[in-house]
Amino acid sequence: MADRTAFAEEAMQYAPQLYSAALRMTRNSADAEDLVQETFLKAYRSFASFQDGTNLRAWLFRILTNTFINTYRAKQRRPVETDLDDVEDLYMYKRIGALQSASRSAEDQMFDLFTDDEVKRSLEELPESFRLPVLLADVEGFAYKEIAEMLDIPIGTVMSRPHRGRKAMQKRLMDYAQARGLVPTPASPASPEGSTETATHG
Amino acid sequence: MADCNETLRELDAFLDSELSEETRVAIRFHLEECPDCFQAFDFHAELKLVVSQKCKNDEMPPGLLAKLQQCFGDPDEPTLGDDPFAATDELDAGPDGA
Ligand SMILES: [Zn+2]
Repeated sequence: MADRTAFAEEAMQYAPQLYSAALRMTRNSADAEDLVQETFLKAYRSFASFQDGTNLRAWLFRILTNTFINTYRAKQRRPVETDLDDVEDLYMYKRIGALQSASRSAEDQMFDLFTDDEVKRSLEELPESFRLPVLLADVEGFAYKEIAEMLDIPIGTVMSRPHRGRKAMQKRLMDYAQARGLVPTPASPASPEGSTETATHG
Repeated sequence: MADCNETLRELDAFLDSELSEETRVAIRFHLEECPDCFQAFDFHAELKLVVSQKCKNDEMPPGLLAKLQQCFGDPDEPTLGDDPFAATDELDAGPDGA
C-alpha cells in the first residue's frame, strides 16, 4: 500500500484536470464541484484498496466518471440521448483545411479561429454517449481500453464514438465560425450534397 | 502500403494510437509519401491539440482546493478499503435501505 501523504499530494495535483472534466460532464459549476469532492472522498475511503503501481490519474478519472454516471446522470434525468446526426467525414478540413497559410501553423490558426467557450460548448452539446468518450480520448488522452473500463462498456462500442463525436463537434464549430463571419458560409460547396464518400477519387 | 482512402478512413484511430502495429506502419509510410494525406493528418493532429487545450483550462472555484484537501481527512484515522466503483452510493444509504 502506498504512503497516504504521498498519495494525497499526488492526487491533489490532478484536481484542476478533474474539475475541468467534471465541468464538461455536468455542465455546471455547482455540480462539478460536488462531483470532484465526491471523487476525492471516495478515493480517500478506498485508499486501502489502491494498489501501488496503479496509474493514479486513470484511477481518479475512473472514479470521477463512475460517480458521474451513477449519481449525476440519474439526477439530470435527461432522456438517454444516443443519437447523433451523421456528419460527412473530414467536415472541417474540407472547408478550412485549404485556408491554411504558409506563414502560420494550423494550430495557431485554429487556436485563434475558435474561442475557448465555443470549443467547450461544442463538446458539452454532444449527447452523453459521445461526450464522455471524446472528453476522455481527446482532452484527457486516455486509450480506448481505459475508456471502456471507465464507462464500463465494451471496447468495440467505444471505438466508433470518438470519430462520430468529433465530426459533430467540427460541424458545431464551423457553425459558430460562420455565425461570426470568420469563414464563408457554404454557398457553393465543391462536392455535391448527398453521398460524399471519400471513395473512388483519383 | 495503405492508399489514400484507407489512410483517411483510419486517420482518427491513427491519431489516437489505436491501430494494430501493421496498419499503423502502413499508414505512417503512406503519410510520408503523400502530401495530401499528410496535410489532412496534420490538420487533425492540430485540431485535437486545440480542443484539448481549450477544454481543460477552467479555473477552480475559490476554496475548492481546501475542501478537497479536507477529503483526505485526518492522517491518523484508519482508511477503509471501500470499492470506489460500487454502483450504488453506499456513502449515504444504509446497508439495507428500504
Ligand atoms: Zn494519400
